[in-house]
Amino acid sequence: MNQRIVVDPITRIEGHLRIEAETDADGRITRASSAGTMVRGLEIILRQRDPRDAWAFAQRICGVCTLVHGMASVRSVEDALKIEIPANAELIRNLMIGAQYIHDHVMHFYHLHALDWVDVVSALKADPKATSTLAQSLSGYAKSSPGYFSDAQKKLKGFVEAGQLGIFANGYWGHPGYKLPPEANLMAVAHYLDALAWQRDVVKLHAIFGGKNPHPMFVVGGVPCAISIDPSHVGHGQGPHHRGGDSGTALNMTGLQVVQNVIHQMKGFVDQVYVPDTLAIAGFYPDWFKQGEGVGNFMTFGDFPAKSMNDPASFLIPRGVILDRDLSKIHPIDVNAEGEIQEFVSHAWYKYSVGKAKGLHPYRGETELDYTGPQPPYQHLDVDQDYSWMKSPRWKGKPVEVGPLARVLMLYASGHVQTKELVSMALKQLNAPVEALYSTLGRTAARTLETKLIADAMQGWYDQLLANIKAGDLKTFNDSQWEPSTWPARAQGVGLMEAPRGGLSHWIVIENQKIANYQAIVPSTWNAGPRDAGGGQGPYEASLKGHHLHDAKQPLEILRTIHSFDPCIACAVHVTDPQGEELVQVKVY
Amino acid sequence: MKTAHPFTSEPGTVGEGLAQRGVSRRNFLKYCSTLASLLALPAGMAPVLAAAIATARRQSVIWLSFQECTGCTESITRSHSPTLENLIFDLISLDYHHTLQAASAEAAEQAREQAMHDNVGKYLLIVDGSIPLGNPGYSTIAGISNHAMLLDSARGAAVIVAVGTCATYGGIPKADPNPTGAVSVSDIVKDKPIINIPGCPPIPVVMTGVLAHFLTFGKIPELDGLGRPKVFYGETIHDRCYRRPFYDQGKFAQSFDDEAARRGWCLFKLGCKGPVTYNACATTKWNDGTSFPIQSGHGCIGCSEPNFWDAGGFYQALSMPITPVQGTLAAAAAAGAAAGVAVTWHNRSKKSAARAAHQKMTVDDLKREEQ
Repeated sequence: MNQRIVVDPITRIEGHLRIEAETDADGRITRASSAGTMVRGLEIILRQRDPRDAWAFAQRICGVCTLVHGMASVRSVEDALKIEIPANAELIRNLMIGAQYIHDHVMHFYHLHALDWVDVVSALKADPKATSTLAQSLSGYAKSSPGYFSDAQKKLKGFVEAGQLGIFANGYWGHPGYKLPPEANLMAVAHYLDALAWQRDVVKLHAIFGGKNPHPMFVVGGVPCAISIDPSHVGHGQGPHHRGGDSGTALNMTGLQVVQNVIHQMKGFVDQVYVPDTLAIAGFYPDWFKQGEGVGNFMTFGDFPAKSMNDPASFLIPRGVILDRDLSKIHPIDVNAEGEIQEFVSHAWYKYSVGKAKGLHPYRGETELDYTGPQPPYQHLDVDQDYSWMKSPRWKGKPVEVGPLARVLMLYASGHVQTKELVSMALKQLNAPVEALYSTLGRTAARTLETKLIADAMQGWYDQLLANIKAGDLKTFNDSQWEPSTWPARAQGVGLMEAPRGGLSHWIVIENQKIANYQAIVPSTWNAGPRDAGGGQGPYEASLKGHHLHDAKQPLEILRTIHSFDPCIACAVHVTDPQGEELVQVKVY
Repeated sequence: MKTAHPFTSEPGTVGEGLAQRGVSRRNFLKYCSTLASLLALPAGMAPVLAAAIATARRQSVIWLSFQECTGCTESITRSHSPTLENLIFDLISLDYHHTLQAASAEAAEQAREQAMHDNVGKYLLIVDGSIPLGNPGYSTIAGISNHAMLLDSARGAAVIVAVGTCATYGGIPKADPNPTGAVSVSDIVKDKPIINIPGCPPIPVVMTGVLAHFLTFGKIPELDGLGRPKVFYGETIHDRCYRRPFYDQGKFAQSFDDEAARRGWCLFKLGCKGPVTYNACATTKWNDGTSFPIQSGHGCIGCSEPNFWDAGGFYQALSMPITPVQGTLAAAAAAGAAAGVAVTWHNRSKKSAARAAHQKMTVDDLKREEQ
């Protein structure tokens, strides 16, 4: 019998995502619809504000990829006003973005994605000694003694026996889709806990440069944290109130040492835990290298400049589009071309002045709220009409996937040596062909491989920063265009970046020193948006087609593929318009 | 003071769980004194705390996420003491939490309903994110509007904890022109005690500290007029800032990387909102005492204050007169019973000479002082 399966809430993601899937008599998905079910309206809140303040607002689009929207926002203002930032600021930003990738990807793997592959309850049956042998065969990670795994198991046992399962309650434990032996499950559970402790420490890099994490601080024109290597300043007078600044800013020698330690800690965990765990776990799930592929088109905006954001040739990750899996050709992107990047609202709860069939370039983007969905509480959305708060971005009318897989493919296609080596190593170990990349686990593995790439690059940026400081270059901020009186009457710009979840763009129009228009097109919108005017599906919807569900009540298969994209739905939905307010029927529920 | 051994308690209690996991009594008591310090309790309270925690069944907690960015959840995972693992394995049973729970869809909703049913009148309800009243379709979970889910879940809760500036005061969705009609938890729920823990996001140890307080005493800590625990929100950031001496001397940074900025002079002229922001950033600091925005060269944006998004540009210097140092204690004294707490805390940190030496003050420092 054909069935409509609703997965809402999708947990272990950021935000509010709902999947409605139709299955045929065999339990195979014939059509899936992806819906964002929460809207806040940040873009309209940004209007008429000081462009220098925009980053703090934009950053609150998301607290998981916590710095990327702040970063894209300052880049958009700098692009509009043609502000060059100092070399040290570019290096510090690279270190902050890199740290965000490493932190975010590891947490995604262990705390959001792992429970799709790891059966927590099965870990109780593991032999700690055999687990230790398994762990030591995979890597030289120090925490691998039988005692270590026995402690982890005890912790879990006490938890389960107390009868209060907390976050593990109602998991799909014992589902036949789980294939790991008890020892591998125990190892993964131990690393789940380990990664929780690790992530807390490595965010100290953000705390040094940005004062805190989540939501570190930024500034248009550079970075806010002055370099304070002058050991002390002699004060005048007596007592604490007259003392000089013997600690200056957080970015002093102690702070730099913290950053260096974090870089070591990051690299150690990625090399010794994250990479071996990903490959070991993936090895038990060969079927998942054959499904969940998506649309076959991939896009990157590129990031990690060696010189400046205005010099894409110096980026670590290149910019471009790959179509139909053809790695022999990288198509260039013209971000300003009217017909290239466009957003559609054909199946979203918005209206366009040009009608629902046409797309709009973000500089001319419109967003007018028009909720036509069912009144809550509801059972089903009308997926043939409008069904999401997400728009549908397209490149030259085509859906494209953004994110780790797109980046790894772009690096691979452009002949990046380390990427080619990493991909060959992984495929060889998994005994899989190159086509395996276009799959659920291909996406998950790509995330791990790029983390390794970036963890290795961190040291280079740090060394360069130190070399600059040594040579007497302490500049971190360009104040030449700080005062709004220096700005032109009208300017527009785009802040491009590669966020952990994929290509991100913030578009700003500045008029008379205020924000006239602000649009953000974010990675999860590219991936999770609803169908376009021609019925074309985005990556989430396309990737689920053909999935066979063992038990519709336990939609583990849907979670595996959706989680492989690392959804970030507060990011994906962030738009409304002032006119929209008048049109919406206000009704207090 | 005579107290029961923490680990000779009933099956299924926190104490038994800790014993099973091989946590020593000594370590447990040490943890409790940290907690006591953090909460500004007299040192003698540590054993009482220990006994209370050890004999408790793990407190059922339901965490609802509405119009939010998940920054508050991310923040609580950064707590160094107690850690998130301490919390979810030893102290609470986190029965519903979108970002962390294993189950999705129907199974997730069942977990919420089960926890509400089993712990009616007793569970703790945590909410992050604002609630849109403009249209119920603006934010739904499992087809249910945020407003309906909040009312439904609040009914059987013992206490509600609103975390983050969105849940406490409406936050960024409520910022002008408030396109979705966003409101705070306390705008909707009127018949339950509500603890507000504002901040965008709140400081990790402040969230875990308040939870531990409730768990220990079964009642809410003393709150100020805005529903905030006085122990963490009793003083302004400016009052406790390590750069305060420069303010008093009239030494200000004029730009983000001038010589004054490199020397750590006061950021008042670059728009710092520390003087009007009540929060503990300057004392507990962030990320295990690593830094806080001012120490990393950026003024405070006032993120724990109601309506801070609309309170003027982040780089506009405050125009209001600044309260002198003495005002802090005077204000605390006026707060009645809170005075003892605030002054004790103040004196204790004074004793550590943290302020005089411009050293960072962390949870660990507090712990060392107790010993």
